[in-house]
Amino acid sequence: MKHAFHRLDAPADLVRVTFRGQVVDLPAGENLAAALLAAGVTVFRNTPVSGAPRAPFCMMGACYDCLVEIDGTTRQACMLEVSEGMVIEPAHGKGADNALG
Amino acid sequence: MDSDYAIIGGGVVGLSVAWGLLKRGLRVTVLDGDDGSFRASRGNFGLVWVQSKGMNQPRYAQWSQSSAAAWADFSDELTDATGHAVGLEQKGGYDLHFSEESLEATVAKYETLKARLGGDYPYEVLGHNALRKEEPEIGPKVVGAILHHQDGHANPLKLLRALSDDVRRLGGIILNGKHVVDVKKRDLFHVQCADGSEIRARKTILSAGLGAMELGPKLGFKAPIRPQRGQVLITEKMPKIINRPSLIARQVDEGGIQIGATNEEVGLDDRVTQPGLSGLAAEAIAAYPILGRAQLVRSWGALRILSPDGLPIYQESPEMPGAYLVTCHSGITLAAAHARFLPDWLEGTAAAPDLEVFSEARFS
Amino acid sequence: MRSADLIIVGAGPAGMAAAACAAGKGLSVLLLDEQPRAGGQIYRDVARAWPKRGGLLGKDYAAGLPLVQALDHPGITHITGATVWQIEDGPLVTFTVNGAAQQAQGKRLLIATGALERPMPLPGWTLPGVMTAGAGQILLKQSGMVSDRAVLVGCGPLLYLIGAQMVRAGTPPLALVETQGRGDLLAAMRHVGGALRGWRYMLKGLGMLAELRRAGVARHVAATDIEIAGANRAESVRFRAAGQQHEIGCDTVLLHHGVVPNTQAARSIDIPHEWDSRQRAFVPQRDAWGRSARADVFIAGDGAGIGGAKAAAIAGELAALAIAHDLGALAQGDRDLEARQLRWRLSAELAARPFIDRAYPPFAPALAPADKTIICRCEEVTAGDIRRYAAMGCLGPNQAKAFGRAGMGPCQGRYCGLSVTEILSAAHGQAPDRTGYYRIRPPLKPVTLAELAAMADTPDAAE
Ligand SMILES: Cc1cc2nc3c(=O)[nH]c(=O)nc-3n(C[C@H](O)[C@H](O)[C@H](O)COP(=O)(O)OP(=O)(O)OC[C@H]3O[C@@H](n4cnc5c(N)ncnc54)[C@H](O)[C@@H]3O)c2cc1C
Ligand SMILES: Cc1cc2nc3c(=O)[nH]c(=O)nc-3n(C[C@H](O)[C@H](O)[C@H](O)COP(=O)(O)OP(=O)(O)OC[C@H]3O[C@@H](n4cnc5c(N)ncnc54)[C@H](O)[C@@H]3O)c2cc1C
Ligand code: FES
Repeated sequence: MKHAFHRLDAPADLVRVTFRGQVVDLPAGENLAAALLAAGVTVFRNTPVSGAPRAPFCMMGACYDCLVEIDGTTRQACMLEVSEGMVIEPAHGKGADNALG
Repeated sequence: MDSDYAIIGGGVVGLSVAWGLLKRGLRVTVLDGDDGSFRASRGNFGLVWVQSKGMNQPRYAQWSQSSAAAWADFSDELTDATGHAVGLEQKGGYDLHFSEESLEATVAKYETLKARLGGDYPYEVLGHNALRKEEPEIGPKVVGAILHHQDGHANPLKLLRALSDDVRRLGGIILNGKHVVDVKKRDLFHVQCADGSEIRARKTILSAGLGAMELGPKLGFKAPIRPQRGQVLITEKMPKIINRPSLIARQVDEGGIQIGATNEEVGLDDRVTQPGLSGLAAEAIAAYPILGRAQLVRSWGALRILSPDGLPIYQESPEMPGAYLVTCHSGITLAAAHARFLPDWLEGTAAAPDLEVFSEARFS
Repeated sequence: MRSADLIIVGAGPAGMAAAACAAGKGLSVLLLDEQPRAGGQIYRDVARAWPKRGGLLGKDYAAGLPLVQALDHPGITHITGATVWQIEDGPLVTFTVNGAAQQAQGKRLLIATGALERPMPLPGWTLPGVMTAGAGQILLKQSGMVSDRAVLVGCGPLLYLIGAQMVRAGTPPLALVETQGRGDLLAAMRHVGGALRGWRYMLKGLGMLAELRRAGVARHVAATDIEIAGANRAESVRFRAAGQQHEIGCDTVLLHHGVVPNTQAARSIDIPHEWDSRQRAFVPQRDAWGRSARADVFIAGDGAGIGGAKAAAIAGELAALAIAHDLGALAQGDRDLEARQLRWRLSAELAARPFIDRAYPPFAPALAPADKTIICRCEEVTAGDIRRYAAMGCLGPNQAKAFGRAGMGPCQGRYCGLSVTEILSAAHGQAPDRTGYYRIRPPLKPVTLAELAAMADTPDAAE
């Protein structure tokens, strides 16, 4: 599918990270939630309550829909910046490929 | 339309008793406070707990045991009626120890109690390795645990909701936002509310939690209770980490890890403090190191309702016969007993439990 | 432990202006904000983004530059990426930077935590691809990202602004689905009377609308029955307008129907709040300097009541003057002299508010959502659940929270609190002040147990 967002400027300084075990190149220092959206990620996680899919909603650290897991800790993707070698997993939730299933 | 019982306080204690009375066909009106009242029932740790209770008063241990034994049935009945489970799990619980000395000292006390209970005190001691088989995430600092098979836990909020739902379904009347200011006894009890309204009933039960500090003496009780703050933490929802509950941490049915609780004598202050939060977090991590990575989502302070010796108080008013004080420090554990056995005591039937040791006579 | 004369939480216009003013009077200022760079919501990342994209963001955005530059003052310590999660008597502030907790003790505290977008619970609003208009704008400002197929839904100047910015970026939205009726605007015009600012705002709005029209963006007004459809993500917006059913396919839906004060920090220290019926939100009680019921805590900016960026900066300065006077750094006469100027500008700024509030009222069906609609995104609690708890005797949000978990998730009620208050108030026919709001407790934002534990002096405070 075509990505929902496009960038106005060509991204500079790509660094390698993994999301759901897949290698992705994202701009260093970019807001992580934005970078994942631009990379075509549509679902960030599934909720622990019903397993419903979620993605960033507020981009200002208030809604917690952008939760991801980094080094075993749940973090808000919209409050982080991309750095080399980040290993990003969806935050645990209910669903097929999630720990709470 | 007068009631058989006017119950002052719609926390877990008042509602459990109300439910039990309704099941016997009695007419009940519950009067409860507003959204901001102190409510231990929505701030507690949710343990249905036997071990460590009644170390100096075996009757209290027995009373807790009989309630724990009645819980499964009580929970099933509520679940059937409301269509919602209350999260009961009774497959034992731990007292975790960080030193051999404290473990041994506790075992010695349990042995004494066990003897006084005629041997009915099913617990076993797990060393670190045995415990690790049961709880793979247990940390190296935990030297062992006492696993008591009568312990368990429930979801106290679901219990509160189910009771409140089913009391209504059974025809009970619950009046919210009714602050009771006084009670007079004429032919009937006249329960007077701050808004000027009055409820009349044949009998009345004071189960207002800390509200009994003020109302108790007006009804002829000593009501020597005091608040004690407990701060409690809860993490984000996690995959299964903890199998059985302990006083330090338990995994609730929704997935969060609940960590508790401080014991602080700070009067009617239910705030949380940074040292309180930090101390609890440190202890939880010592028990389950993996919790270090967990995000704390909420914390709260709630006030325990404590009598001087920590035991419940069940007392009929000497000045106003037909008025009863019912209060306790373990309203979740005792919910089943309050629902199943207390109505016999209130109605004075032949099956009434012997609650003499819980009367106010013990406070001279 | 750090210490400062004044601790400010929030580096938006209110916090930045207060910091510069207080430092100018000789106070030591500690400015904390969880964002990696100063600016707040409106001036998000302005120092980096303006040179790259100033043209399309508009000149209002440039107004943030001098505020950010003024933070470069020896009296100001600005800690970026500092998430404040506990405030205690002192004022003692606990915050996290890079995964480690720190504490700071101030003589005064200024809460300048700004606004949140008003929750807009509609069927489908939790689907991936649905965002707030502010989020769309943050993506544009901070990351230079635009959605190719977006529909804007709701009302208010911010919705026009993001639309116009998207046009300038060469990717106009597919449609503008507005919830206010033409009658709202007429009523507002009558209301605004002679207030020049109101007219100016209206003209600005009309200018942006004209930009959207020239770009061929379809506009629907007085839309009702709005829902977002899609299986695993937003695929279309459905609504009724002008007597017809519409469906517009899209990838992104940007929702907006106003902003409301973010009161979490103030509520966490029990500062009394009251319902502002014009703004349909709670605002903290404070005096004309921004001083709260706690004498050492001030509140300024949108967090104290929505007034916009310029009003926020002025309120920040007023608070700084009062604080400087409190701490003996400014004589009363000088304080009052400087304040007179500011107050005059503030009232001019605020003159347009009644107009905006009238012209763009919140979308009524999102204040009283259908039973099936989720209102608590975290715990997935519906409006119908809350109505059921009301029938079970829940008079206020705290009992409803205990019964049904609304407000217990990681967002801690930020996106359901007002909905719960509105629904319970309607169910019981009682005023929102009577219904009340969630009791907000620390941590204001989730914090790891390891961080908390690292602050413990004694490892066993527990039972
Ligand atoms: C931190 C903590 C942890 C705990 N952990 C456990 C545990 O693990 N297991 C366990 O069994 N127990 C536990 N408890 C104890 C348990 O929560 C209490 O025993 C129980 O909730 C008491 O219920 P209650 O109905 O008596 O009081 P409350 O829940 O306080 O209810 C009293 C009610 O009375 C109403 N009221 C008060 N005054 C008036 C008035 N004048 N007029 C009308 N209404 C009035 C109030 O509105 C309130 O709803 C814990 C308590 C705390 C604080
Ligand atoms: C998403 C969004 C976009 C907006 N865009 C515009 C716009 O383009 N034009 C316009 O006129 N108005 C806009 N507004 C309205 C805006 O709120 C005001 O115009 C202005 O930003 C208010 O300034 P302030 O200083 O009160 O707060 P803000 O600018 O909101 O600043 C508050 C700051 O506090 C910080 N903060 C909050 N809580 C904490 C915490 N616990 N710990 C640490 N830091 C914290 C935040 O990170 C933020 O930087 C927007 C509002 C929102 C919510
Ligand atoms: S998108 Fe809302 S918290 Fe990140």
